[in-house]
Formats: sequence, structure tokens, C-alpha cells
Amino acid sequence: MMTTDALTIDTPATEEFEHPDPIANQAFGFWLYIMSDLVLFGAIFATYIVLGHNYAGGPTGKDLFHLPYTFGETMLLLFSSATYGLAMLAMQEEKKNLLLTWLFVTFLLGIGFIGMEINEFHHMILDGNGPERSGFLSAFFTLVGTHGTHVTFGLIWMVFMMAQTVIKGLTSPVQSRLIRLSIFWHFLDIVWVGVFTIVYLMGVL
Amino acid sequence: MNRTPMERAGAGKASFKFYTVGFILSILLTAIAFALAIQSGGLPRWTVLTGIFGAAVLQILVHLHYFLHLDTSSSARWNILALVITLLIMILFVGLSLWIMANLDYRMM
Repeated sequence: MMTTDALTIDTPATEEFEHPDPIANQAFGFWLYIMSDLVLFGAIFATYIVLGHNYAGGPTGKDLFHLPYTFGETMLLLFSSATYGLAMLAMQEEKKNLLLTWLFVTFLLGIGFIGMEINEFHHMILDGNGPERSGFLSAFFTLVGTHGTHVTFGLIWMVFMMAQTVIKGLTSPVQSRLIRLSIFWHFLDIVWVGVFTIVYLMGVL
Repeated sequence: MNRTPMERAGAGKASFKFYTVGFILSILLTAIAFALAIQSGGLPRWTVLTGIFGAAVLQILVHLHYFLHLDTSSSARWNILALVITLLIMILFVGLSLWIMANLDYRMM
């Protein structure tokens, strides 16, 4: 009697482990990487908050930031998150061309965001307000620059995924990578919410 | 066994309605935060700060739920657990750093 009881309890548990799902494992592994990246951003945010008022006689956030410009950047990133969501819907319905279209739109919006950010940095450095000007500006360039670097790598990854979708088609590994890129892309939008709140909005108050 | 790759990844089944709701909420919260910061002249500083940070926290929750599909389903349980532990580390990391630096600043005045 005891042995049959044990068997009926054991069977479902072992079945669950018989087929490890690579897509589930890869998504969870990537999620853990994202968590470690969050800790990195936490450290940079802490640095920014500590150094944020050390102007060394230089310009403050009020002098440098133009909120409508930042609002434009935010909208580009927000729209790109939404269009990536539409790309995921197209992938789910196995509509390859629609997926490629939305990926390309997401890519253009991302390029627009990075372009605006580079333009902002360029003007600040030309005006003599580069990272060497003050503790505030060092921390500003580190924080906003680290986010921008992440977005840039996301864009490079997106180019590879568009190529893979064309060449390999919607195979299981390609779909798995597209899902992980979507996690990365939405995560960057979340970090940007922190950046525009703490750096730009607080900066002009 | 007929689950989509999205569901297998613990991301749930995506739907157009879901993304649209998340997108509209994000736009609204962003607009509220920027409007508060731009029109901050007439309002007390404390009100503006609370509004901005409230909007940011809400928007992060909207993104996690509507874009990253985090919920209380069993497939997302480990993701949530990892996120909670990470948030704890971040709160300690950021909070204690700020405490130490503020203390140091106070003692050196």
C-alpha cells in the first residue's frame, strides 16, 4: 500500500522534469542577467544622486535640460516598446513579414532616440559642459551614457534578429532570441523611466 | 503541449488589447509627470515631487505587467522572486550608499 501511494505522488513530479524546455530556461536565465543589470544601474543611480548637486560652479540641470526635448526622446522609446510588442504579436501569429516590418519600425524609433541623445551630448560637450566639467556632469554622462550604450547594443542585436528572421525563418531558436530581445528592450524602457524622473524632471525642479 | 513560445518563456500569451492598454497608460503617466515638472511654479515642491515619483512607480508597474507580462501565474513566479530579491539588493545598495554619503557630508561641514 505504501509503495503505490508513493508512486502516485512521484509520477507528476518526475514528468515535469523529463522535458526541460530550452525556451523557458533561456528566458529565465536572461531574466537573471537583466536583474544583475538592474543592480548595475542601481549603483550608477546612487552615484548620480550623491554627486548630482556638485556643480563646481558650472551649469545646473536647470541650465542644461530642455524638458520638451526629453519628452520627445521618451515618446520615441515608449513608441518603440509598443511597436516591439506588436512585433511579438506578429511572431505569435507566424506572420513573418509583419514581424519584420514592426522590428524595422522599432529599430528606426530606437535610432531616433539614440540620435537625439548623441545630439544632446554633442551640444553639451561643444559648450564646454562635458563630463570633466563637474561631478554632476561626470555622473550625468555615466548614467545617461550607460543607458544609451544598452540601447545601442539592443539596436545591433535587432539588426541581427531581422537578418536571422529573413535567413532562418521563424524557427524555435529564432523565436526564443526574439523573446529575449523583447525582455531587454522593455527593460531599457523601464530604466529610462527612472532616468527621466531622477535626472531630467528632478533636475529642473 | 500546444503552448506558444511566448507562453513557454513565462511571458504569457500576448494580445493586442493588452499592449494597447499598457501603451495608453504609459503615455498618460509620462505626460502627467512632465506636465507636473513643467508647470511646477504654482505648486508646492513636495506635491510636485510626490506626483512625479508616484507616476514613475506606477509607470514601472504598468511596464512590468503589460509589456513584460509579469503576473502571479506559476510560470512567472520565479521571475517575480528574482525581481523581489534584486529590488531588496537595490534598496540596500542605493539607500545605504545615500545614508553613508549624507552622513559623511554632514560630518565634514
